[in-house]
Amino acid sequence: MRIKKNIAISESGFMFNPITGESFTVNPIGTEILQMINDGFESDQIIEAICNKYQVDQHTFDKDLTDFTGMLDHHHLSQHHDKEEA
Amino acid sequence: MTRKKLNIAVTGLNAIDSPGPGVAVIRGLLEAKSFDANIVGLAYESLEPGIYMHNLVSKTYQVPYPSAGVDVLLDRLQFIHQKEHLDVIIPNFDAELYSYIKIEGELNAMGIHIFLPTMTQLEERHKINLFDFGKKYAIKVPKSKVIYEISDIYDLQKEFEMPVVVKGKFYDAGIASNIDQVKSLFKKISAKWGLPIIIQEFVQGTEFNITGLGDGKGNTIAAVPMRKQYITDKGKAWGGISIADQTMLDLTNHFIGSTKWRGGFELELMKDKNNEFNLLEINPRMPAWIYLAVGVGQNIPEALVRMALGEEVTPYTTYDIGKMFIRYAWDMIVDISEFQKISTSGEL
Amino acid sequence: MEKLRYERPIIRRLDSEMPNKFGMRTDYRPTTQIEGVAVKTLIEEFGSPLFVISEKVLRSQYRKARKAFTTRYPKVQFAWSYKTNYISAVCNVFHQEGSWAEVVSGFEFQKALGNGVEGSKIIFNGPDKSEEDLEMAIKHNSLIHIDHLDELYTLTELADRHKTKPRVAIRVNMDTGVYPMWDRFGFNYENGQAWDALNKIMHSGKLELVGLHCHIGTFMLSTQAYAVAAGKLAELAIGVQRKFNHTIKYIDMGGGFTSKNTLKGAYLPGSDTNPSFDDYAEAITTALLNADFTAEYLPTLILETGRALVDEAGYVLGTVISNKRSSKGKRITIVDIGVNLMFTSFWYDHKVTPAQEFTQYAEDTTLNGPLCMNIDVIRESVSLPLLNKGDNIVVHSVGAYNMTQWMQFITLRPAVVMIDVDGKPHIIREKENLNTVNGQERIPIHLNRFEL
Repeated sequence: MRIKKNIAISESGFMFNPITGESFTVNPIGTEILQMINDGFESDQIIEAICNKYQVDQHTFDKDLTDFTGMLDHHHLSQHHDKEEA
Repeated sequence: MTRKKLNIAVTGLNAIDSPGPGVAVIRGLLEAKSFDANIVGLAYESLEPGIYMHNLVSKTYQVPYPSAGVDVLLDRLQFIHQKEHLDVIIPNFDAELYSYIKIEGELNAMGIHIFLPTMTQLEERHKINLFDFGKKYAIKVPKSKVIYEISDIYDLQKEFEMPVVVKGKFYDAGIASNIDQVKSLFKKISAKWGLPIIIQEFVQGTEFNITGLGDGKGNTIAAVPMRKQYITDKGKAWGGISIADQTMLDLTNHFIGSTKWRGGFELELMKDKNNEFNLLEINPRMPAWIYLAVGVGQNIPEALVRMALGEEVTPYTTYDIGKMFIRYAWDMIVDISEFQKISTSGEL
Repeated sequence: MEKLRYERPIIRRLDSEMPNKFGMRTDYRPTTQIEGVAVKTLIEEFGSPLFVISEKVLRSQYRKARKAFTTRYPKVQFAWSYKTNYISAVCNVFHQEGSWAEVVSGFEFQKALGNGVEGSKIIFNGPDKSEEDLEMAIKHNSLIHIDHLDELYTLTELADRHKTKPRVAIRVNMDTGVYPMWDRFGFNYENGQAWDALNKIMHSGKLELVGLHCHIGTFMLSTQAYAVAAGKLAELAIGVQRKFNHTIKYIDMGGGFTSKNTLKGAYLPGSDTNPSFDDYAEAITTALLNADFTAEYLPTLILETGRALVDEAGYVLGTVISNKRSSKGKRITIVDIGVNLMFTSFWYDHKVTPAQEFTQYAEDTTLNGPLCMNIDVIRESVSLPLLNKGDNIVVHSVGAYNMTQWMQFITLRPAVVMIDVDGKPHIIREKENLNTVNGQERIPIHLNRFEL
C-alpha cells in the first residue's frame, strides 16, 4: 500500500488531498506511520518499529494498524497498485 | 492625549448568510473614539470568516462549545487571558449567553468585564415565556400558548383564529391554517426540537427592528430603529434603513425602563393593520446589522464596552435618519496553511 | 530505553461545518482516582465493572441540602428515600446524618427497620400497601401517607380492629404549572378530592391526621412549581386548622430535585443549568413562610429528596472490551458496563471520562455495553479520546436509582464499594455469584436429568 503521491502530509499531522479538496488531521503516531508507509515500509516492518518504540503488543497494534489503513482506504487516500488513481 | 488600549474578545465571527454579529461589532469597536481596540477572536469552528480577517482580528482562539460546560470554558478563557490580557469579552451567540452570565463573577475576578442581561432577564424574554413577559410589562405581544400534548390542539379553536404560527422551543416555525396542519407541524417540530410547542397568533403586517443598549438601571443609552428592506430566504435582513418612528422609540424606552434591561438587544416588531406594534421576539444581544447603528451615529459596541468597564456613558439621543445598510458577500483568498493552523492548533 | 505510551493511530476528516447552536462537543479531563484511590487499584481489587460510592460526597451533599433549608426555615426534617438507593451502608450514612426513612413497600419498610430506624421515624408512601404492610406500620407507629380512598377505608377498619389511632397524612396531587402533572398518586387539590379526604379523616375520628404530603414530579427543573405546591398544601393545612381546630404537624414536600446529570436532548450540561439546593429551598420556604401560619403552628418541613443527595456520590468503573467500526466508518467502543446496570442511560447523557491520561485527539464514538441486545447503548454519540482495549472508563453521577433498578440479566450484578471519609474502600454489596441466581430456583424432579 502507498499513500497517493499528490497528497501532502505536514509534520503537524495535517493532510490535504488536492484532487478532492478534503483536509484531514492525523495524530502523531498516525503521522509517523504515514511517513513509514511513504518510505516504503511493509506492514510487518511498521509493526516491528512501533512495537519497539511504544508500549503496545503486536496483536493490539496489528488490529489498530488494519483499522487505520482501512480508514485511509475509506477516505480514498491510499492506493494499492503503482498506477496513479484519482 | 493618547487613548487607552483595550484588548477585547469577540465571538460570533460567522459572517455567513445567517450571520453572527461578531464582525459588525468589531467594526464598531475599531472605530471607537474613546479607546484603541485590539481584537481577539473567539471561534467555535475553523471556517468562521472573521478568523481570516486579519485587518479586523489580531488573533483568534478556538473555544469549547457551551455544551461542554462552564468549567471547560473557564479553563480555556484563563489560558487565552494569560496570553492576551483581556479587558472585555463580548459574546454574540444566544446559546453562549447563559454560560457567560453564569461565570461573570469568575471573569471579574480575573479582571475581565462583560455587560450582559441578568439571568432573570435572559429567561423571561425566552420564546416560551414571551406571552407572560408581555402581560407583566404591558407590551403587546401576539397571543400565544405553550402546549405539550397533541390533544391540547383541539382546545385551540376556541382561543385562536386561524392561521396560527407553530413554533419549536429553540428553532423552527411554520404557519398553519387549519387544525390538521397544526397537528402535522406539532409532530414535525416536536420530533426535532422536543416539547413544548408554542402556538402563536399570526400577525400580518410589516416587520420592523430596533436595536439598543440598556444600562441595567432603566435608562436607554442607545436606540436605533430600522425597517428591513430586503429579507433573505432565511429571514435575515440583507438591507435596511434607519427610520424616525417615535412609537418604536417610546416602546424601547418603556421596555428598558420597566425591565431595567442590561446590555445590548434587538426587538423584532410587527406593525399590524391597526398600525400597532406587536413584539415578536427579543434577542438578548446586538444584532448582525449593528453596524448600521454605528453608521448613523450611535456606536453601541463602543458604549457597551465602556459600560462593561464601569464608565459613565452619556446616552445617545440622535441618529441619522434615512441611512441604509446594504450587505454584501466578499470572497477572501486564504492559503490552506492558515486553515491548517487554526484546525490543528486552535489558534491563528 | 523505556517505551513511550501508546495511542492508536487515527485520521479525522475536517468537516467544515458552521457553528450550529446545538452542536455537541465534549471536553475531558481523565478521572484517574476517586477520593484518592486509584481507579486501576479499585478495579484490580474488586473487579470490573464496579460501582463506587464516595461517603464524603454523600455527607457533603446532605449537609449542603440541610444547610440550604435550615438557614431559611426553623423546623426541617429529611427522610431518606429508600428506592433511590437502599444499600444499607448508604442508608446508614444518611441516618447517621439525621435522616428518617421514606419507604414505598413492605420490603423497604422491613429494610429500614433492619437498619435500626425507629418505626415512628419511617414514612410509608406509595399506592401499594397491603393489609399486612399497614398492620406492620400501625404496630410501629409509623407515618402512613394515604394514597387513595381504598387505603383510607382499610386503615379505618384496621384502626377499629386494633383499637389504635394510626398516624396518617394524605398525599395531594395538584397543578403546579409543570408537565407532566402527576395526578395518578394521591388526592387531587383542584377538584376537591383532597379536601374531601381530609373531611372523611377528621369526621371519622379514627385516624390521627398529622401531615400533608405531595410529590409533584421527578427531575424538576422548575423551582417555581415547588413554591406553588407548598402554597397549596399550606392552604389546606390552614383550612383544617380553621374548620376542625386541628393542627397539621408537618408538610412533606416529597422529592424530585434534580442532580447535576444532563437530560437527553438538553443543550447545556446539567451541571450548569440545574437548580441548586438553595434555589429549591428558597422557593419552598418562602411559600411556607408567606402562608398564614401563626408562629406556634408553623408545620415541620419534611423533604424526601433522594437523587440530588446520592447521584453525584456514585460512579461506575468499567473496562474497554473492544473497539470496532460500524459499516459507515463510525467508531464503536464496547465496554463491560451495560444498560442492565445503568438504567439511567435511557434518560441521561451520562458524563464518561477515561481513567488514564490521553492526548487531545478524539473520535466521535458510540459507547455500547456488553449485552447481545441492540438497545445496549450507554452513549449514542460522544466525543471520546482514543481508548485501547483494557483501558478503564469512569461513568459519573450514577448513585441514584441504578443500584435499585439494575437487572440481573445476562450477567451478574457487580460489587459496590464505598470509599470512607479517610479514603479507605469497603465492600458494601458483594459481587453476585451463580448461587445468587440458582439459590432461588427449584427444579422439579422430572427435569433433573437429561442426555444430549
